[in-house]
Amino acid sequence: MRWLRKRLVGIIAVLVLVYLFIPIAVIMVLSFNNPAGKYNLSWNEFSLAAWTNICGVPGVCSSFVTSIEIGIISTIFATILGTMISFALVRYRFRGRSTTNLLIFLPMATPEVVMGASLLALFLNLRFPLGQLTVTIAHIMFIISFVVVTVKARLQGMDPRLEEAARDLYANPRAVFRYVTFPLVLPGILGAALLGFSLSFDDFIISFFNAGTLVTFPIYIWGAAQRGIPVQVNALATIVFLVALVIVLSGQLLSYRRRKALEAR
Amino acid sequence: MADQQGDRNVEDLHLQSLTKKFGDVAAVDDLTLTIPAGSFFALLGASGCGKTTTLRMVAGLEDPTAGTIRIGDKDITGLRAFERPVNTVFQSYALFPHLDIFENVAFGLRRRGIKDVTTQVEQILDLVELGPMARRKPTQLSGGQQQRVAVARALINKPDVLLLDEPLGALDLKLRRQMQIELKRIQVDVGTTFVHVTHDQEEAMTMADTVAVMNKGRIEQMGHPADIYELPRTVFVANFLGQSNLFDGRRSGMSGDDILVDSHGLTFAIPSDRFFAEGEDAIVGVRPEKIHIADGADVDTVPENHNRVPGRVTDVSYTGVSTQYLVEAAWGQELGVFEQNVVVGDRCDVGDRVVLHWSPSHTFGLDPSGGSTVGVDTEVLALGALNARLLGDSAGA
Repeated sequence: MRWLRKRLVGIIAVLVLVYLFIPIAVIMVLSFNNPAGKYNLSWNEFSLAAWTNICGVPGVCSSFVTSIEIGIISTIFATILGTMISFALVRYRFRGRSTTNLLIFLPMATPEVVMGASLLALFLNLRFPLGQLTVTIAHIMFIISFVVVTVKARLQGMDPRLEEAARDLYANPRAVFRYVTFPLVLPGILGAALLGFSLSFDDFIISFFNAGTLVTFPIYIWGAAQRGIPVQVNALATIVFLVALVIVLSGQLLSYRRRKALEAR
Repeated sequence: MADQQGDRNVEDLHLQSLTKKFGDVAAVDDLTLTIPAGSFFALLGASGCGKTTTLRMVAGLEDPTAGTIRIGDKDITGLRAFERPVNTVFQSYALFPHLDIFENVAFGLRRRGIKDVTTQVEQILDLVELGPMARRKPTQLSGGQQQRVAVARALINKPDVLLLDEPLGALDLKLRRQMQIELKRIQVDVGTTFVHVTHDQEEAMTMADTVAVMNKGRIEQMGHPADIYELPRTVFVANFLGQSNLFDGRRSGMSGDDILVDSHGLTFAIPSDRFFAEGEDAIVGVRPEKIHIADGADVDTVPENHNRVPGRVTDVSYTGVSTQYLVEAAWGQELGVFEQNVVVGDRCDVGDRVVLHWSPSHTFGLDPSGGSTVGVDTEVLALGALNARLLGDSAGA
């Protein structure tokens, strides 16, 4: 009993982690499967076919590249716009500021289905051809909200005296921004960009409404699910997961190394 | 470092009719002040008295509503913060968290386009004894070290005037004492004009050559710390700078050079050059440590010309160097008395009948406008009121 009581928290923690990571583990394991039928759902035999011929199924790689492209472009635009909006909202007092503050959060609160459908109606009414551009525009729209939330928090948390100190130390407005404000807000902006990219890459509902004939990676998987998802999808998903893992770990490692180096001095 | 200012004339800082209004409220009200070159000048006042606003206007971080700021003959009122030959040590230091100590200190030089900063930075870091810390980040330094970085970061630019906004406020008492001495040493070394804003009267008196006591946007009194302490000219100064015993009275005549004031049936003599009341009403004041306490047979030895108040001891607290008494006068007011513990064992006890007496030359007469409690720490007042209520309750029960 005492043995259990001492370790209960640890046991529960392990169980929760298992619960979180089992789906990912299943995907990774099944990427080495050679499925018996057309559904890659149960283990049959080991095979590297999906990894050696990752673009072997038509549409997998092109949809993957499309999603990456959309993710990068919409993240860049949304991050720039969102950062500028955050500065305007935090630093300036203008008419309609609190209204803007409220409206910027609406896309986050709106159900994606509603947003996707209304965007579609808008594009159709404007006779705007559906495709990569419309999906990108839609993604920029909802990523902006997340960028504003993240960057605004960072800006508000910044001590205004730091900028005053910079002005006091002969920095003109441009230099204050370049050497003090921007470096201090940058971690917030980078965080917002990472979040924005993963939201865009992941998005299915809004993209589906506005894609026309375009096939993004999530749309491809959804379509493939009807007739059996190819093993290549598991391989690509594994790659995406590993890349994300590497980014997070290297961030951790960097700050750990820096701390160690400073302690050693 | 002593020759740092040698190649340049340090000039006086002039504030002329300086006013700053926030809405209808004047934070600084028609302030005219000359701060002599090379002096350690303290602006002393309670929070909200306008001292920090004054400092920020000199720094260029706040625009004055009216008035001018000059350094020597040069009008800097219209210059922006980064164009002024003035640097600030901020209250919470405002060190750049993303830069190491070296880069923090080098910041001002780099912004002015100076390429080779290493020698100067190393020199100033040695002055504040932080050479080995150059590559650390600010968060890895202790409060006192951060404070010295802030001073170095400002001083390296050789400003005409160094502004210090409550620079020691965040430090604990012991460190604050240490830094007071340190700052004074640095100021003497570099010879720059230091303008130091503080609410701590002891800090102002320890460090500054000149203290200006500020209240409600105006200077109440200015001068050498000892002069202000010995001879406060307003009730605010008497209460804010140290403690004072003050009692209401009316002017009743002259005796030689002394003005006589009647108060609660007693008559006090005040030298006419220590008397500042405009009309007939006056407030009589004396510092607690100037009062002698006499009991029993000693009463007969009280000098004839001394001002005196008979009373009863209500509280005795022994603090080591001195004993602090509270003595209740006939009219109910409690007077504070500090007595040096020179003779061991010769202390009065609670309940003793005593005579308080002091020389007229230690007495001052003030104008009563505003009452006798302006400038008293409001917390002390609140504590006094609470105390009175508790005592009243227990007496009733």
